[in-house]
Amino acid sequence: MSTVELLKTPLYDWHKAHRGRLVEFGGWAMPVQYSSIVEEHQAVRQRVGLFDISHMGRLSFNGPDALAWLQRVTTNDVARLAPGRIQYSLICDDEGGILDDVLVYHLTEGDAYGLVCNASNRLRVVEQFEQNRGSFNATMADSTLDTAMIAIQGPAALLTLQELFEGPPLAEQGYYSHTSGQVLGTRASASRTGYTGEDGFELIVHRDVVEAAWLELLECGLNRGIRPCGLGARDTLRFEAAMPLYGHELSESVNPFAAGLAPFVKLDKGDFVGRDALARLKDAPGAARIGLKLPGRKIARQGCGVLQQGTLIGTVTSGTFAPTLQQSLAMALVTPEAPPIGTELVVEIRGHREPAEVVELPFYRRPRS
Amino acid sequence: MDPKDLKYAPTHEWVSIDGDVATVGLSTFAVEQLTDLIMIDLSHATPGTTLSAGDSFGEVESVKSVNDLYSPLSGEVIEVNASVADDVNQIAQDPLGSGWILKLRPSNPDAELPKLLDYDAYQKKVAEDSH
Repeated sequence: MSTVELLKTPLYDWHKAHRGRLVEFGGWAMPVQYSSIVEEHQAVRQRVGLFDISHMGRLSFNGPDALAWLQRVTTNDVARLAPGRIQYSLICDDEGGILDDVLVYHLTEGDAYGLVCNASNRLRVVEQFEQNRGSFNATMADSTLDTAMIAIQGPAALLTLQELFEGPPLAEQGYYSHTSGQVLGTRASASRTGYTGEDGFELIVHRDVVEAAWLELLECGLNRGIRPCGLGARDTLRFEAAMPLYGHELSESVNPFAAGLAPFVKLDKGDFVGRDALARLKDAPGAARIGLKLPGRKIARQGCGVLQQGTLIGTVTSGTFAPTLQQSLAMALVTPEAPPIGTELVVEIRGHREPAEVVELPFYRRPRS
Repeated sequence: MDPKDLKYAPTHEWVSIDGDVATVGLSTFAVEQLTDLIMIDLSHATPGTTLSAGDSFGEVESVKSVNDLYSPLSGEVIEVNASVADDVNQIAQDPLGSGWILKLRPSNPDAELPKLLDYDAYQKKVAEDSH
């Protein structure tokens, strides 16, 4: 760990007391696991898991030009976002490189907006908004340190959270929507979003009540087999669902089209940061994100070279032995375009050349009734 | 196997000496740190291979990371535990017993054994590592 003082979430003491293995992540001390990554992963796929995600950056935008300001800085079309709805979006630089991937919330009251960004990119996102403030009549507030955020994910997430959340019925809450209510007598926001490929919610509460809320949720979920889960399971879960992770699939040197995120770039919405570059990149992104399946149990991790007929065509961005699928899988960024599904490639793992087959993404889709 | 009777490398392998045979495995601490073991690759540690102390003889893969396994002693590999190569969970279940990894015929034990850590020194190292 660096000598720089790490930020601590309000649940830090609880994590320590419950054998959470703490690691540095995005400038924060965060639990990577409590028991085993695979056990926590399976809890979320089969039952319900609880994640402290208070490290995520939380911003809010108010004022008559809040919408215009968000339109200017993000790539998705915020004007299409009805009150109470949420959209996945990107923040790009002038060259179309990705500075962060974010969730934009159209708040239910007035014309205010919220934004959740990655912990490691929070200050850069704030700076990007400041640099593009122009003459917009709006304010931006950073509530990351005053609030806390919990993700509750898995088939039993709804049943567990609705015991605690007082407000509009959560069962009627659509995917990618949010609502305001109360948790333990305090104002709370619940959104039907997550980063695991399962049904679930993300809850934002004041930092002073988060530990009580966390304990209540563990209590409500007790007979449903709830588990506190760390960043390790969060990573294997999001990996199976092929959700990109900043610093792996996404970076400044990757454009949204290369990352497979074209639906979140709305070139027809008017001008925005990176628009000209993105318009040029749309039909020739220069790279593509692909999925790979390896026959053995060896894991192709970030940085492994990907070869096609002896020629280096790209690099693995994430790889693991997928706990649900029981298969060694990887995502890779290859250039200039994706080889078709079924293509046989080679991955270089610590000096060994291992065969790998191009497969469709996502690796895992939850069964829906 | 009593962990107090073993010698340890700072890289978390244990050694037990029986006559002129040294058995090598992975320490309980290492197994607990790794959790979620996926596979062990011992394809380069076939019987007859000569290793020097500190040589990598294989790798163990967990969900979290891949780690080299280092030989605590110099010598010739005389046996590899085929059942852990087939099912790495044996190491997780019984790291000091049926989860042993390989057997060596040490070539220079008198000089090398004293350089390894005894149980107390290893516990001290582990305590430092977990901070």
